[in-house]
Amino acid sequence: MSREVVIMGAAETDIGKLPTTSTLELHVEGARRALADANLSKDQVDGIASVSVPGPIQVSHALGITPTYVDGTGVGGSSFLFHVRHATAAIKAGYADVVLITHGESGRSRVGAPPYPRANDSVMAQFEMPYGIVGPPTSFTVPARRFLHETDNTLEQLAEVAVAQRRWASRNPRAMFRDEVTVDDVLGAKMIADPFTLLMCCLVTDGGGALVVASREFAEAHGSDKPLVHILGTGEAATTPLISQMEDMTRCKQFTLSSQAAFKESGTSPADIDHLMIYDAFAHVPLYGLEDMGFVGRGESGAFVADGHTSPGGRLPMNTNGGGMSYTHTGMYGMFAIQESVRQLRGEAAAQVDDVSTSLVLGNGGMFMSAATLILANQP
Amino acid sequence: MTTKTPEVSPEARFAPRATPETQPYWDATAAGRLDLPRCRPCDQVFFYPRSSCPQCGSIDLEWVTCSGKGLLHTYVVSHRPAPGFPVPTVIAVVELEEGPRMMTNLVDADPETLELDMPVEVRFEQRTGAAVPVFAPVPENAGKEVAR
Ligand SMILES: [Zn+2]
Repeated sequence: MSREVVIMGAAETDIGKLPTTSTLELHVEGARRALADANLSKDQVDGIASVSVPGPIQVSHALGITPTYVDGTGVGGSSFLFHVRHATAAIKAGYADVVLITHGESGRSRVGAPPYPRANDSVMAQFEMPYGIVGPPTSFTVPARRFLHETDNTLEQLAEVAVAQRRWASRNPRAMFRDEVTVDDVLGAKMIADPFTLLMCCLVTDGGGALVVASREFAEAHGSDKPLVHILGTGEAATTPLISQMEDMTRCKQFTLSSQAAFKESGTSPADIDHLMIYDAFAHVPLYGLEDMGFVGRGESGAFVADGHTSPGGRLPMNTNGGGMSYTHTGMYGMFAIQESVRQLRGEAAAQVDDVSTSLVLGNGGMFMSAATLILANQP
Repeated sequence: MTTKTPEVSPEARFAPRATPETQPYWDATAAGRLDLPRCRPCDQVFFYPRSSCPQCGSIDLEWVTCSGKGLLHTYVVSHRPAPGFPVPTVIAVVELEEGPRMMTNLVDADPETLELDMPVEVRFEQRTGAAVPVFAPVPENAGKEVAR
């Protein structure tokens, strides 16, 4: 008899520029808010999950929690989706009743954060960094030209991804960038890594957030009156730490593998999904996601976005908070994608979509390195 | 806002340091060769150097010297200067004649004239303590001259 698992609490910290808040404090503040959202005390938490910096032990100790289930999986910005999957398994196995998943990153202000690693003998340092790569904008973007070349997608359609998401951001008072833009605005913006302009790249912010994952039984007995978000299916996969070693530069294998696992577990297919969050570190990533998860056919993602299907009023609302390109991106965006799915399923989003009963979150980690998929619903 | 012109100097650029399993690769580049491991059971050349074949897991490997020829698989033209690099810098993935792909720079090329799948050939750029393989377009008549 398998236990059903739910998200019973979810909250974000303030986001944007927070120069007086440390990395650890962003985790702690997110955790306090999520526990309050669930109407739980810290002493009811027996599991903790967080990425390696500052780490689950610093976070739980700062909160005054002594966990008996600990997950420190750190696989980039998708880590929090992995945490949800692992927490679900742990709760089903009886290893924990209530798992607190925290994120906090002083991505912009760098308060209480280590400097970016500059080891010169890692695999990445030996085989990618010698080529003038300055972080994700100059490496994550490299496959895109091949993708456009081998599919029917165009540069203008790549720009349409940024246009569509800004439409959502314009409806969200918490979004960092809220003025609607045109394809010409996107293509005419400052060039970062041709063909990517500034408006096709994620922004960099400070912020945090947390989730409380528990058995449905526990949540119904102890929680707040907020609607429960049911975890119907999950998947995870990882391929290569080096973007140059992708098996096929025009497909992201772990997007396919993790979503297939989540669809199978939940008994759903793309046609059953009402709302979609695809980790949009850069404008091409949602196009890969739409194609690799089977929401559209090969080469059809650009036209799908350009025709407005992912925009307000469209049939597959996508990245409805404005996404990593307009809402917020601390460096690990996955937590914020999950938070928006929870809000949409609870009916409390800033740009609320009508009749959302299922939502899919696709997380990406590193530069097409890891991925996890969550299929969430407002009913079991 | 003022625009800073970066110091354009290969010596100032990021320099990798070998680990024991990659040392033969970097020894070869220092000698002007692009050497990669080949799996004897699979007959596959692979990148990056590792102690076992990523396809079959065999440790029966040998080092082979690549031709240094390849095709431009994909690229971006970076307008964000890294220390010592020119603006713009072409950051590219090249597919080697032997099969594997690797990250690199495309040098001595006008970014406006690049085309995917154009032939390129290896060169070596000196850094502090290492020679880094980069690629340049093959002149259009080079193949014909060889054919004659
Ligand atoms: Zn082999």
